[in-house]
Amino acid sequence: MERFAFLTFDGLANGAVYSAFALALVLIWRAARIVNFAQGAMAVAAAYAAYAVTSATGSYWLGFAAALAGGMALGVLVERGVMRFTSHSAPLNQVIVALGLVLTIQAGLGMLYGNEFRPVGTPFSRDAIDVGGVPLLSQYDVFVFAAVLTIVLLLALLFTKTSTGLRMRAAAFAPEVSRLLGVNVGGMLTLGWALAAGAGAVAAMLVIPTELGLHPHAMDLVFVTSFTAAVIGGLDSPPGAVVGGLLLGLVLSYVSGYLGSSVTPIAAFAALLAVLLARPQGLFAASKARQA
Amino acid sequence: MILQLEGLTAGYGAAPVLRDIHLEVPQGSIVTVLGPNGAGKTTLLRTIAGLLKPTTGRILFDGDDLRGVRVEHLVRRGLALVPEGRGVITELTVEENLRLGGLWRKDSAATMSEVYELFEPLARRNKSMGHQLSGGERQMLAIGRALMARPRLLLLDEPSLGLAPKVTAQIMSLLRQLRDNDGLSVLLVEQNARSALSIADAAVAMSLGRLAETSSGDMRAAYLGS
Repeated sequence: MERFAFLTFDGLANGAVYSAFALALVLIWRAARIVNFAQGAMAVAAAYAAYAVTSATGSYWLGFAAALAGGMALGVLVERGVMRFTSHSAPLNQVIVALGLVLTIQAGLGMLYGNEFRPVGTPFSRDAIDVGGVPLLSQYDVFVFAAVLTIVLLLALLFTKTSTGLRMRAAAFAPEVSRLLGVNVGGMLTLGWALAAGAGAVAAMLVIPTELGLHPHAMDLVFVTSFTAAVIGGLDSPPGAVVGGLLLGLVLSYVSGYLGSSVTPIAAFAALLAVLLARPQGLFAASKARQA
Repeated sequence: MILQLEGLTAGYGAAPVLRDIHLEVPQGSIVTVLGPNGAGKTTLLRTIAGLLKPTTGRILFDGDDLRGVRVEHLVRRGLALVPEGRGVITELTVEENLRLGGLWRKDSAATMSEVYELFEPLARRNKSMGHQLSGGERQMLAIGRALMARPRLLLLDEPSLGLAPKVTAQIMSLLRQLRDNDGLSVLLVEQNARSALSIADAAVAMSLGRLAETSSGDMRAAYLGS
């Protein structure tokens, strides 16, 4: 039972990060119908910005702010400077451009910072706190939950309670009609990329200290897992991304804990396969429209 | 004149769909454009609304040349298009669709109340998603959303498409009411000639991208028998 409780909390902590990263993928998918394969590399670039600022100032929080701001700026740059000029005539065009971005960013980071792993500190202790004699959550895990919860709540408020969020949703669902109604669709798309890249950057800041450290490929596996979570939840659904991330975090934690870590990649694919067979559109995809 | 088209030619790629269109819509009147499928009626409205750039000719809205004006700025000038197929955003609620129509207006809350008075079914279903509405309700929502911007000229593309005759009659009656009470100008594109002519102040026929030399009176006589 102790082990189960530990694995549950550990799975939820990892799952929270997958949720944040899956949310970033879903935001861009909804806005531009692009699976942003460069999301992981962009998030690592933001984490390197944090690393540079923290190294220079000694402040984790300044570094965190730099990652957030740098990530959002990179999102704007990628959308305005690259994706906007990519032909939409075939979906593969944007996939190839995104993969090209991955190679460019990772190679650039390798040239600038080298390809060795750099240990990254955390602002809170990672020692698990005993609850009733059972080591459960660390202070850092609580910080991860709080950070992801903040992202999710802020995005939910933005999309459901503000006119900017309404414009963003309209621009994503019906760009032409939105333009006719006075919505600056291009501006909303840019904002969507900025928010997604910001969420991705925060996810990278949360997960990299718990892994081997900072490295140009540090988010590759997180990207694959989070993409799986987003597909499980439904690529069109922000709540689906959150639930999919948490579910996948739990599944991987239990499988790793009870069957061994070598089995976890298979478990992720098995979970994906099961959902795609039972509900191909994902667990939280919207229902079909009534025909007029 | 609220709208003047002078020698308008436009199309997709190299092939022109509209050829040398001259048309005027007087302030506070309903002008209808009739014609079969493929005549270029929808292209005409899309060009006026800024979604297609004219290759030659001018579009004057209230005397101002619309060349170079961005699509998203036209609605603030008072020009609104209700597109073919209605353009209701089915993933948003009725209320969200309406809000979207007047987000930039300070009096949008008051306008929404007026729209709900005009279209009572929308008031009852304000929390329903767009995809849950019937065809008639969607048409009401599309027109109501356009009215949220308090337009001076409404471009309507086939509002009767797929609707029962009774609902079509209600929509036409509403357009007449908006013209008479609010001075709204309407450019109405229709295949349903009888309905459109029943409310139109003037009518033109369109065929193969050109306006035909047919008078409103001739068309009324042909379709309405008077």
